[in-house]
Amino acid sequence: MDNLLWIFISALLVNNFVLTYFLGLCPFLGVSNSLETSARLGAATTFVMLVTAVCAWILNTYVLIHAPYLRLICFIVVIASTVQFIEMLIKKLSPALFRAMGIFLPLITTNCAILGLAIFATNRGYGFWEGIVYALGAGLGFTLALVLLAGLREESELSSIPKLIQGTAMNLIIAGILSMAFMGFAGLFSTT
Amino acid sequence: MKETESYEEFIKGVWRDNPVFVQVLGMCPMLAVTNSAVNAIAMGMATLFVLVGSSFLVSSFRNWIPKQVRISCFIIIIATFVTIADYTLLALVPKVHKELGAFIPLIVANCLILGRQEAFASRYPTRLAVMDALGMASGFMLALLSLGAVREILGDGALFGVKLFGENFEPWVIMILPPGGFLTLGVILLFFNWFKLKKDEFLQEVAEAERSES
Repeated sequence: MDNLLWIFISALLVNNFVLTYFLGLCPFLGVSNSLETSARLGAATTFVMLVTAVCAWILNTYVLIHAPYLRLICFIVVIASTVQFIEMLIKKLSPALFRAMGIFLPLITTNCAILGLAIFATNRGYGFWEGIVYALGAGLGFTLALVLLAGLREESELSSIPKLIQGTAMNLIIAGILSMAFMGFAGLFSTT
Repeated sequence: MKETESYEEFIKGVWRDNPVFVQVLGMCPMLAVTNSAVNAIAMGMATLFVLVGSSFLVSSFRNWIPKQVRISCFIIIIATFVTIADYTLLALVPKVHKELGAFIPLIVANCLILGRQEAFASRYPTRLAVMDALGMASGFMLALLSLGAVREILGDGALFGVKLFGENFEPWVIMILPPGGFLTLGVILLFFNWFKLKKDEFLQEVAEAERSES
């Protein structure tokens, strides 16, 4: 139990996927201009991460022990087709939810945080429940970083900023400061 | 004629459409592995190999790949090359491979590579596609190397592992930690913004001068 909690907090704060591993930066810098869309994208990503964790565990346990060199190709194909499948499923079952998620679902396929999650979980040899908790922590951590940046960006739109620094440059510097703040969590656990 | 055309494709990727500084693509590996110049070069070489190889294959097969499943085909081709690069690095330079860790397999998810297949290689003949891939990869390498060099010099007082400043240098450790990556790239992009603003101003002045003359 302690172990699971540790994995969750480590993925959520100490080793935040966006701010310390630099994963999923494209949506982080691209879609983070409003709080609402970031929260939705975060929720969609967390969901896909959970599904990916289950798929990765199944692949690792039953398929890839026979052919480890196919790991990468298997993961990417499975992730891409799972996202496609979930997209169709949601479209059929709940058109309202599908409209709310909009273009975010297909975009998630190219999010390196998802593939990164599968690879990290494999490298550390996580089991089924550990994998799920890890995915939950990583997804929520991604959402947290996205929402934080979106909040700051919404605020900054109302203030006058020199033309020189507007755009990606400013977002990167904000992200740098956020990342520095998250480094403070590194002291939470002594066994890292 | 042919020569200048492929030269154009090459130079476009290195400077005018630089994938990192201008298009802001491929940020994840860009920031994650640039805490030393050696890592930056290894990552750059791996990306170069994958990009050129997959551009060549995609462009050769562009008439046989059905439109509906093209993205999956591209991804499988890219993943194959990444697996080759992964195992090659593991065999040749195990130390660097260990430091880059999971970021070698993550080249698959580098949006720069998929973007070039979709936008360029699947539409143009092999020669141009390979030149374009070489240019883009060199531009990416240039960006990686400049970021890696700045971070290693500031954060470690060294370049390629050679100490530059002697004993009394106090390393600015934050630069080789994650925040340093964000900050350095932010500052480099500031320079690019400044350059672009100056250029726009200059072009405007020229246009005004021409208007007043006529």
